[in-house]
Amino acid sequence: MSTSLNAWSDALSGFSPAGLPLGLLIIAAIPLVFIALYALTYGVYGERKISAFMQDRLGPMEVGKWGILQTLADILKLLQKEDIVNKEADKFLFVIGPGVLFVGAFLAFAVLPFGPAFIGADLNVGLFYAIGIVALEVVGILAAGWGSNNKWALYGAIRSVAQIVSYEIPAAIAILCGAMMAGTLGMQQIILQQQGEYGFLHYFLFQNPIAWLPFLIYFISSLAETNRAPFDIPEAESELVAGYFTEYTGMKFAVIFLAEYGSMFMVSAIISIVFLGGWASPLPNIGALALNDWTSGPLWGAFWIVMKGFFFIFIQMWLRWTLPRLRVDQLMHLCWKVLTPFAFVAFVLTAVWEIYVK
Amino acid sequence: MQELGLAEQGSLRVTPDGENRIVIEKDLSSEEMILNMGPQHPSTHGVLRLECRTDGEVVVEAEPYLGYLHRCFEKHAEMTDYPGIVPYVDRMDYLAAMNSDFAYAIAVEKLLDIEIPRRVEFMRVIVSELNRVASHLVAIGTYAIDLGAFTPFLFCFRDREHIMNLLEWVSGARMLYNYILVGGVSHDFPKGFSERTGEFVDYFRPKAVELQKLLTENEIFVKRTKGIGMMPADVAINYGWSGPMLRGSGVEWDLRRADGYSVYPELDFEIPVPDGRFSDIGDSLSRHLVRAMEMEQSLNIIEQCLDKMPSPEGFDPRAAIPKRIRPRAGEVYGRAENPRGELGFYIVSDGKSTKPLRCKARSSCFVNLSAMKELSQGQLIPDLVAIIGSIDIVLGEIDR
Amino acid sequence: MDNESHMSEHQEETPASSPQVEAAKTVWAIVREKFADAVSPLDENPSMPFFEVLDTDAWLDIALFLRDNPKLRFNYMACLSGMDYPDEGKLGIVCNLESLGEHGHTIAVKVKCARDGGVIPSVARVWKTAEWHEREAYDMYGMTFGSHPDMRRILCPEDWEGFPLRKDYQVQESYHGIRVPY
Repeated sequence: MSTSLNAWSDALSGFSPAGLPLGLLIIAAIPLVFIALYALTYGVYGERKISAFMQDRLGPMEVGKWGILQTLADILKLLQKEDIVNKEADKFLFVIGPGVLFVGAFLAFAVLPFGPAFIGADLNVGLFYAIGIVALEVVGILAAGWGSNNKWALYGAIRSVAQIVSYEIPAAIAILCGAMMAGTLGMQQIILQQQGEYGFLHYFLFQNPIAWLPFLIYFISSLAETNRAPFDIPEAESELVAGYFTEYTGMKFAVIFLAEYGSMFMVSAIISIVFLGGWASPLPNIGALALNDWTSGPLWGAFWIVMKGFFFIFIQMWLRWTLPRLRVDQLMHLCWKVLTPFAFVAFVLTAVWEIYVK
Repeated sequence: MQELGLAEQGSLRVTPDGENRIVIEKDLSSEEMILNMGPQHPSTHGVLRLECRTDGEVVVEAEPYLGYLHRCFEKHAEMTDYPGIVPYVDRMDYLAAMNSDFAYAIAVEKLLDIEIPRRVEFMRVIVSELNRVASHLVAIGTYAIDLGAFTPFLFCFRDREHIMNLLEWVSGARMLYNYILVGGVSHDFPKGFSERTGEFVDYFRPKAVELQKLLTENEIFVKRTKGIGMMPADVAINYGWSGPMLRGSGVEWDLRRADGYSVYPELDFEIPVPDGRFSDIGDSLSRHLVRAMEMEQSLNIIEQCLDKMPSPEGFDPRAAIPKRIRPRAGEVYGRAENPRGELGFYIVSDGKSTKPLRCKARSSCFVNLSAMKELSQGQLIPDLVAIIGSIDIVLGEIDR
Repeated sequence: MDNESHMSEHQEETPASSPQVEAAKTVWAIVREKFADAVSPLDENPSMPFFEVLDTDAWLDIALFLRDNPKLRFNYMACLSGMDYPDEGKLGIVCNLESLGEHGHTIAVKVKCARDGGVIPSVARVWKTAEWHEREAYDMYGMTFGSHPDMRRILCPEDWEGFPLRKDYQVQESYHGIRVPY
């Protein structure tokens, strides 16, 4: 498998008609194009349609067929809006806040493999990098909240930092369980270990009887890390107006918004890579029906990881539109007294399983 | 002993959580910050302003400021004749205009000594119970939004839409009906209205159960509301609380039963009070539960009224409306059970004029909100939002 | 009904008066027994029987008595309305009281004070609900309430001139540069 992976990659990177490195360009560009497409159109549009479906509404219907171009219209609107910077704001922090947030959310995409051939940088510490770089978001949120010189924004920022920093601990330990199962931190390597002719049965979630525990812990923590309901207290609109981005308008607001959707996909991709085989096809080979072989390949890989990501995003949205919001202290209670101890338990059990049982 | 000192400074917070009491201790004595919540804030339900002194996330004290929606109802009333006041009354509690009209009509009719046709009484009860359900739906829906749950809000508004359509059909307006007049109602029910109302009742019963499942049985919702904003029964009475707020504290008191106005004595309905199984009696969850259970009772009342209502043959809803309303000299305090509590009108007539000498509206939300300062002490900001939501204020009625 | 003897000093009218009036008579008799001439005779109108507190300073004591006497137990203040009596040159309040959940009887009490600089004892410590009602009465009529914990305007802005619900109220010409009469 490893050879075929490199073969695909090599073949693509060697593709240079008329001396132009077009193949390399495609490898780098496909994830980026995807991000733009996903985050701009399907993320926001999907959320609006899904919430509408759950609430007996139609959602956007006017712009284009079924309102498909609604997000585009929103972006145009946001571009035209006045870019207001408070008189009393700390202008430097106020301006760089959304930038740092955006960069932090999207830097992690560099190591996300979108199929066997498409990966920005196949680092041998890819997983570690992804967890680490997301912490940059905290700086952006704090800069935005403090720079706004608004009490609500400050509350939101402080809550957000407390929440993200706390939840990184169970999240990281849960991810470590996955890394232990794989024995590596490289994203492609982790996926390759979960690929095989039996499809989904090779996934860590089904390989290891303990894996569901870190899987759940990581999923819950990822909700908190991306500030999604029921852990959306940093931007709790009924309490803090809009949290750390209360004062933002126009494109800066849009950038913060995009960063949120970007990190939503990022955590969904990580959870599917570590526990659900990333771009590996879930279909098994059944005798002559070589479903797994037929549905593997560079484009199929991109399809599978995007589908898995969308699946988790759908669950995130489902939860958001169903559940009320927790309170700050309940959130911290959940993190420190429930998730973190269980993450340690999962960690020990995984280690025991990997060393003695498997 | 140190804890006691901290508690006195207000930097210690105790949250009742069933049997166990969670104590959030604060060692750092930090500077207090003034935080203005409102008048433009998503969870103050209008233009209420709360000036909160906060210590971190803990609200030391919240002082409500009112008057942003003050429209001089009482001054207007002194310059308007009795039937002309009804539209102003509509605009006080705009979520329950029928009930407000009803209370005003009761007050004036006490001074007039007129006989109200029996069918009119049933019609009044039906429309005001429908409006009560609509109002409670808004209360429950917005409360869900306050706690971060969006979907129940839209479910509530979807069902409220049917009531709005019914009331629009009967009165011509969707929110401010001007329907219940002194001495009668403005129109008879249109043909088929009773059947459609019966259909709505059948439609809404399962939806109310669905709403219960989505919200009241939701663990996070219970966690956010149980034990928050505790109000013991005696203090609630002393604060003049009424309606679902008072019943949430466990006092079984409902003006529909206590005063027995209109045809309510003939109807069979329960007064729901929390029994302490799901909630701590007197907390925000109790108040929410009372509203949810009251919708059920209102549906029962509507069904009974539809059965008992006299036939419309030879019936004129305006028969008892006086040509010119000039009450005898005297004063009266008339009241009715609004969705938010006791709405009373203190009306003084000099016997000569067609305008009241004085028309004071005793607003239920105004009185309920006056306990806010005490309820807010030592709460977290999210709890403050939960408490305001459970009071179910309508600023139009508070500021008048 | 052991206070019926005291009722003789007030003329009974029709024997078939409503239960509300009957209850009010009993209540009034008990108050009269305790405070004698500080309270006026009962006005037995059928819509809202009331008596007046003639000695304004005694109002706080009467209020406490009304709330705490085991036969009265007016634990619930339904309403407190400010009033203007231009003919008498007085301002006043009207309190609608009810014994909620105990005896169930109701009564109204009137208290009056001078039109200029009049002071009425505050009952905000007797019934907490009176705090905001009294603030509203002050806001609209201008009488002050002695020992009120927080005597400020409540509905009008702090710097509004005059008291809008007085019968002789003239609206101010401008408020912060905005012309008020329209």
